[in-house]
Amino acid sequence: MAEHIIFYILSALILFSTIMAVLTRKIIRAATYLLFVLLGTAGLYLLLDYPFLMAVQIAVYAGGIMVLFIFGILLTHEPGHRVKHEHSGKLVVALLAAFAGLGICGHIIFSNVTKVYSYVVQSEFDMQDVGRAMMGTDKYQYLLPFEAISVLLLACIIGGILIGRKR
Amino acid sequence: MLLNYSQPLEVSDLLKTFDAFLYEVLPAWAAIVLECLLVGVALLGLFVVLALALIYIERKVTGFFQARLGPNRVGKYGIIQSVADMVKILLKEIIHVNKSDHFLFFAAPFFMLIACMLTFGALPYGKGLQAIDFNIGVFYVMAVSSLSIVGVLLAGWSSNNKYSMIGAMRSGAQFISYELSAGFALMTMVVLSGTMSFSQIIESQAYCWNIFNGHIPALIAFVIYLISGHAETNRGPFDLPEAESELTAGYHTEYSGLQFGFFYLAEYLNMFIVAGIATTVFLGGWMPFQVEGWDGFNQIMNYIPSYAWFFGKTFFLIFLSLWVRWTFPRLRIDQLLTIEWKYLLPINMVNILLMVVVVLAGLTLTDIF
Repeated sequence: MAEHIIFYILSALILFSTIMAVLTRKIIRAATYLLFVLLGTAGLYLLLDYPFLMAVQIAVYAGGIMVLFIFGILLTHEPGHRVKHEHSGKLVVALLAAFAGLGICGHIIFSNVTKVYSYVVQSEFDMQDVGRAMMGTDKYQYLLPFEAISVLLLACIIGGILIGRKR
Repeated sequence: MLLNYSQPLEVSDLLKTFDAFLYEVLPAWAAIVLECLLVGVALLGLFVVLALALIYIERKVTGFFQARLGPNRVGKYGIIQSVADMVKILLKEIIHVNKSDHFLFFAAPFFMLIACMLTFGALPYGKGLQAIDFNIGVFYVMAVSSLSIVGVLLAGWSSNNKYSMIGAMRSGAQFISYELSAGFALMTMVVLSGTMSFSQIIESQAYCWNIFNGHIPALIAFVIYLISGHAETNRGPFDLPEAESELTAGYHTEYSGLQFGFFYLAEYLNMFIVAGIATTVFLGGWMPFQVEGWDGFNQIMNYIPSYAWFFGKTFFLIFLSLWVRWTFPRLRIDQLLTIEWKYLLPINMVNILLMVVVVLAGLTLTDIF
């Protein structure tokens, strides 16, 4: 019961912030609303008894990416000014595209969740389990993708240094 | 770990009795709701008391470092000076800045406070005095405390003031850099303990605190954590974001009254949180100083209650931080970033490898003896 109430509060927060993030005309406010969406999602993960994912969500998105977003926005030209609305023709096309995307994704998720997946009730994950899943080579262990991502990040870092380096 | 020493001043038994009493008298849901409320109120009370105590301690210690007396008019030794200051700040007018972004301007101080509050819930203050014990406690605390920087950035931007803006940018750069070091230092200790939950970390330190157990790498990690924690709280030689002589007050220049109070509160509570995490991870948390086999000695140590140990160690670390603050001159921004990226981070990466070797080769003190 309590979980339902919390779920509805969180989803209301997420929905409201999502809509506001799109509708607001100041870019920095949009970033703040996006932050609320990400925090609400973290709350949903906590509701699913998976605090590790919640902490990752907060550390990576709220603490890392959002700070970079806000930094980037602060460095842009006149971040506080109101953005002008697009032409109404473009607006209609965008609205249609958005609803089409929502319909397709919603249909796929709704039809498959009930068909294929079954909900597994499980106690809290150990950190050790997560670590083994990341660093092992057996079935359901993901060393190769983990390393591939680390190579990608290394490439990004080197690229960043190369761009930012003074001649 | 079995602790069969008598602990007469411990409150955990009292709390258990109270919990059983509540469940007897009330229906289960009401008892849970009531307990949640009580824990919340207790944490908020701790918030205020700690902030007031820390402000008084800081002013007094600062006074002694500068060869003067510090506050000494309100009450004996000026002991209720900070209470008087609190009343004053509550009565002050909150000034609305005309051309600021009002929504963000009002929201920013709450980010700071909520980040502190979320961290406070996971800190173990004593035996059985922990609001919530995640099995990823260390990671949770690091993640949640990074929320406060969003508050600083939004405050700096929404004030519509160049000083605030520069202060916020400096604070952001500083926080992102030093959070990396703090995280790595804590990870080093996670390698040593083999767990991220605060309760298990403390239990494993019953007879040998982590800083002794991990000797060389633990000591290096401790020093790095203290430096980077100090930098994260924007204090001492790292107080560039609010450098008075250049930026008036940095990101909270335009705030007044209670809103300024929130920032002020968050600054002191962050200091406490950093010291508290260092205490828990490196200095054994609420564990008394015990030596295996010396039962008489351990019994005497256990007469001191666990919360006294926690707060004693934490205030010792806070004293260290005040000492540093009033001893070193302020750094330049390039020096600040050089320290982090060219010295602390490489040292940290080697240190974490060293710790892995120490743990795998069985060179920790508990393994050797």
